[in-house]
Amino acid sequence: MRITCPLCGERDRREFNVKGAALDRPGEGADQDAWHSYVNLRQNPAGVLAELWYHEMGCGSWLTVTRNTVTHEVLKVELASETTLGGAA
Amino acid sequence: MIQRGSGLVADLGVKTAWDGLEALKIGAVTLAESAPQSLTTLAPFRGQEAALSKAMTVAHGLAFPPVQGSTTGKKSARSIWFGRDMALLIGPDPDASLAKYAALTDQSAGWAVVELAGLGAEDVLARLCPVDLRLAQFDIGASLRTELKHMMASICRLDKDRFQIMVFRSMARTLYHDLKTAMEAQAARR
Amino acid sequence: MRISGRGRLAGAKTVNFSFNGRHLMGVEGDTLASALLANDIHLVGRSFKYHRPRGILTAGSEEPNALVTLGQGGQQDPNIRATTQELYEGLEARSQNCWPSVEHDILAVNNLAAPFFGAGFYYKTFMWPAAFWEKLYEPMIRRAAGLGALSGKADADCYEKAFAFCDLLVVGSGPAGLMAALTAGRAGADVLLLEEDSQLGGRLLVEQEEIDGKPAALWLQTALAELQALDNVRLMTRTAVTGAYDQGTYGALERVGHHEMRRYSLKGSHRPRECFWRIAAKHCILAAGAIERPVAFRNNDRPGVMMASAVRAYLNRWGVAPGERVTLFANNDDAHRTARDLVQAGVHLAAVVDSRHDAPDSDLYTVMRGAQVCDTSGGKRLESITVRSVRGEEKIQTDCLAMSGGWNPSVHLTCHLNARPVWRREVLAFVPAAGAVPGMQAVGACNGTFSTQGALNEGAMAADVVLDALGLQRAEAAVPVAQDAPYQIAPLWAVPGKGRAWLDFQNDVTVKDVTQAATENFSSVEHMKRYTTQGMATDQGKNSNVAALAVLADVTGRSIPETGTTTFRPPFVPVSIGAMGAGAVDHGFKPQRFLTSHGASEERGASQLEVGLWYRAAYFPKPGETNWRQSCDREVMWVRRAVGVCDVSTLGKIDIQGPDAAKLLDFVYTNTFSTLKQGRVRYGLMLREDGFVMDDGTCARLGESHYVLTTTTAAAGEVMAHLEFVAQVLRPEWDVRFTSVTEHWAQFAIAGPQSRALLNGLLDAPIDSENWPFMACGEVSVMGVKGRLFRISFSGEEAYELALPADYGDSLFRTLLSRAEAMGGGAYGMEALNVLRIEKGFITHAEINGTVTAHDLGLARMLPKKKDFIGKAMAHRPGLMDADRMQMIGLKPIGAVKELSAGAHLFSPEDPVERVHDQGYVTSVGFSPELGHMIALGFLKRGSKRIGDEIRLVDHMRGIDTLCEVVEPVFYDPEGERTRG
Repeated sequence: MRITCPLCGERDRREFNVKGAALDRPGEGADQDAWHSYVNLRQNPAGVLAELWYHEMGCGSWLTVTRNTVTHEVLKVELASETTLGGAA
Repeated sequence: MIQRGSGLVADLGVKTAWDGLEALKIGAVTLAESAPQSLTTLAPFRGQEAALSKAMTVAHGLAFPPVQGSTTGKKSARSIWFGRDMALLIGPDPDASLAKYAALTDQSAGWAVVELAGLGAEDVLARLCPVDLRLAQFDIGASLRTELKHMMASICRLDKDRFQIMVFRSMARTLYHDLKTAMEAQAARR
Repeated sequence: MRISGRGRLAGAKTVNFSFNGRHLMGVEGDTLASALLANDIHLVGRSFKYHRPRGILTAGSEEPNALVTLGQGGQQDPNIRATTQELYEGLEARSQNCWPSVEHDILAVNNLAAPFFGAGFYYKTFMWPAAFWEKLYEPMIRRAAGLGALSGKADADCYEKAFAFCDLLVVGSGPAGLMAALTAGRAGADVLLLEEDSQLGGRLLVEQEEIDGKPAALWLQTALAELQALDNVRLMTRTAVTGAYDQGTYGALERVGHHEMRRYSLKGSHRPRECFWRIAAKHCILAAGAIERPVAFRNNDRPGVMMASAVRAYLNRWGVAPGERVTLFANNDDAHRTARDLVQAGVHLAAVVDSRHDAPDSDLYTVMRGAQVCDTSGGKRLESITVRSVRGEEKIQTDCLAMSGGWNPSVHLTCHLNARPVWRREVLAFVPAAGAVPGMQAVGACNGTFSTQGALNEGAMAADVVLDALGLQRAEAAVPVAQDAPYQIAPLWAVPGKGRAWLDFQNDVTVKDVTQAATENFSSVEHMKRYTTQGMATDQGKNSNVAALAVLADVTGRSIPETGTTTFRPPFVPVSIGAMGAGAVDHGFKPQRFLTSHGASEERGASQLEVGLWYRAAYFPKPGETNWRQSCDREVMWVRRAVGVCDVSTLGKIDIQGPDAAKLLDFVYTNTFSTLKQGRVRYGLMLREDGFVMDDGTCARLGESHYVLTTTTAAAGEVMAHLEFVAQVLRPEWDVRFTSVTEHWAQFAIAGPQSRALLNGLLDAPIDSENWPFMACGEVSVMGVKGRLFRISFSGEEAYELALPADYGDSLFRTLLSRAEAMGGGAYGMEALNVLRIEKGFITHAEINGTVTAHDLGLARMLPKKKDFIGKAMAHRPGLMDADRMQMIGLKPIGAVKELSAGAHLFSPEDPVERVHDQGYVTSVGFSPELGHMIALGFLKRGSKRIGDEIRLVDHMRGIDTLCEVVEPVFYDPEGERTRG
């Protein structure tokens, strides 16, 4: 598997670590259900999935990698810092 | 910053990361420690990259390096791209003016810095790094971060057949082992 | 028998080798198979199950029969295919799967018992009684089964791995592959061409034909010269692509040293035996060719029965006639080339049997049309075949039968990403599905295009597609002209009749086995495979798959495409474990991290402890000490009574700078850091988002927007990734920068009542308790060298951590030790450090084990209500604050107990020792020389309310069962007076 890091270009999968699904973090004061969902519940789709990957052996960027879990096609790679997953600060 | 060479108080001796490891020549490829120099990471604060680059140019005659690139300045000062929002200044101690625009962190003792040189150096690295380091893809002056065997590494092409390789200081012996093994295998193919 | 004037090895040097101890001669360029055939040796091995005599079937890597063992001891290689093993001076090969010899094999008795060994034999026979399995059946099967054997010794060979990159990967160097490489290479593309054989050329090396009006060999020579002259084209021989993976990644096995004496066994040589390549290719042209398939008929497995394409390969490339009276049996035109070439070479052609009534005629030989070979006879060598036709049955004397059931395109790589090949009726074969592997195009024979002209055309066309995608200009060059005969074939999979007709030679699977599998309802092709073992082992059914499923289709009344194929998985050819694990032996397995104090520690005889990748001194033995406990006790007492020095550089150190540094720390730590004064240190606790404790450590404020935090050794990488995650993903708007400085600083703990006195002998400006109170930090100067000093304690004594740039580490450590030794103390290691912190109830990752909360650790006060922090919401779940949870407690033995153990479980004394009554567990133990007994930390249900209770500690593994008293998890100086000094 190869991932095209927006900074480093196409790199071997071994340089990256996957964290899991890229989800919106609940804002401060969100209820327990929202947190339960964020921490524990995953859709695990057979199809398109956005995931967070860390380019640990490369530039150190966190990436949002959108890929198809069935075909393994990588559809999009973005710097996670340019997406909005942090919830209301 | 470490006072390397002269200016040391005799009581505390200096040992670099490569201490105890000899230089190697296997086939046409050589491996040796780079001359110790000050190493400082420069991590520009939000939106300060251009200002930092300007300050660097004034102080050291070099710019903030482009992604996966390097720049060269006065008196063997170099700056190499060192990761996301980060450059490594090699040579001079950073001018105080830079601190306004970037987090400056002394790393002079934190890395083992070696040079791998000679015809076949590229083939040695092809046994250790999962990146294309051929000249057409990785030009002179280019600098990238990748894995060397199992170690985080910085690799910079100094010349056609000359690479600077950096790994964390504590792994110097493993770097030596891994490079020596690859150099032997590469030489045995000739 | 070698035919003078034939083949490509004319004038080659003689090579001496041996087979089963017999000295033989071949020539340079021979494979072991061609050399054996040249010496008229046909019996090479014994079959897997029935121990039938077997010869050489093919001339390629698909060979199922001719497996031999090379080398001895740690260099023994079993299951080497004689057809791919190049001959070299001194090669020693021996047959396998036979005892005492290939000529006289005791287990050939299995052949007589064949009726009992049919499909499913194992499953039916070795079922009952159940108790027999482990003691009788399994050992028996293990002894009898398997092909070659390993020596049981460590592999003495060198292997390596490497990475390669290219715009275009061409797999195979037959006409299609060469044309693709030429077309792309001429246009300047970055081409990597891999060929499994030792020579480039594919079938051009073995066929008699013309290209552009010249012998194909001449065209090949010109093409190779052109390719070799191109800087942008790399050619690799002896390299088989083994697998296709995601995003254009390919695996390939290069046989670097198989064709020569093991040079590395000579002193000082490191030449690898194999190299496993990981290749990233933007595009791939698969020109892997095709594999000729056998026809199943009675006794078709005798030595001397060979593939037709192999017979002419031995003739045309190696100049070897595999027999003196050769016969041919085929269902297609292509195989007739073998007859033609044999006649032209002057080999006696005894008969040409073609199952088709409309088979083409020849001027050179007579064709028995509409006829089939239905049996053979002979012992260890074919003697005759029986041909059935409208005229009845007749026996023909022959010592070599060339057979052909048509060709199977080598679609394997196109299936590795889960695509299924599609059946093409005109060629009676499976061909690759379009787009099966993104970026890959199949061309030539592996695409079902069997003419040379077709292969050349497809190779050029596929290269044009790649050039367009790469934005390169095509060079104007015509595709050469070559034979373009249509591929004529009629179906023939198995000749009807009694007796055993082999489909899978390697696994001894016959038509009857497949039929029986279907009868017993194993009618799915995947089930049939498992039930019969068809298509397993080293050849993975390269010869047999399609015929076997055609037979299955026939029995089950389905069409071949309906029946489908089994799944082709990597690797395409066997890959040795040595190659897969290359580089991961000895010190190559994982990095070793050494401290700057390592040398000095070793000189003092320190025992080393692996902590993650780090090597840390466990203890420093003194003369006269006979076990580690004595050393540990002494080191603990040094710290308690005088001063100890310990290298703590392995703790993660992260430099944090930026206007929002304080804000970020307040968010990642449960407690507050924005209120920390400059020049002060604070203990901090980090939670995971799920509310459990992630890590703890100290964080020092060096400036207004400059902090340095420490992590535990174990969690250094995890915390760094976490901080980057928070900063980049959760709070990208904050302006803060992290740099790991773990490696830059050599940091030493100086602990004990004499610690300040020791320091003041070194520091350029002395410190006192006023300007350096507990939890102070700042810059200091040590003999002119700038460093950092932190007054923190992990021992409970007055203690400091002194950090200097690591270049000074060795020197500083030695200086600290000599000063400490002069003051009645010295170095202490991990064992003493552990005892000191257990005495104080300080936690490590033994306690922070991923299942504990701040409440469990008694740190609930560190979870403020007012501010937000990571893990806050989840940490306040009722279940995580439940008073019934296990809480951290201390344990001390009741009575004269010698041993407690980490990992032991806790039970109420009145309860039976059963899992349902489990009350908790022990995390850390040590012997406190101060208290004179063992102490422990652990977790106990409602532990904080059970102080003073008796509890039973049980460790069945170590045979420990004892009573303990539950105590507060602080054993020493609970008020912390010593720390504050």
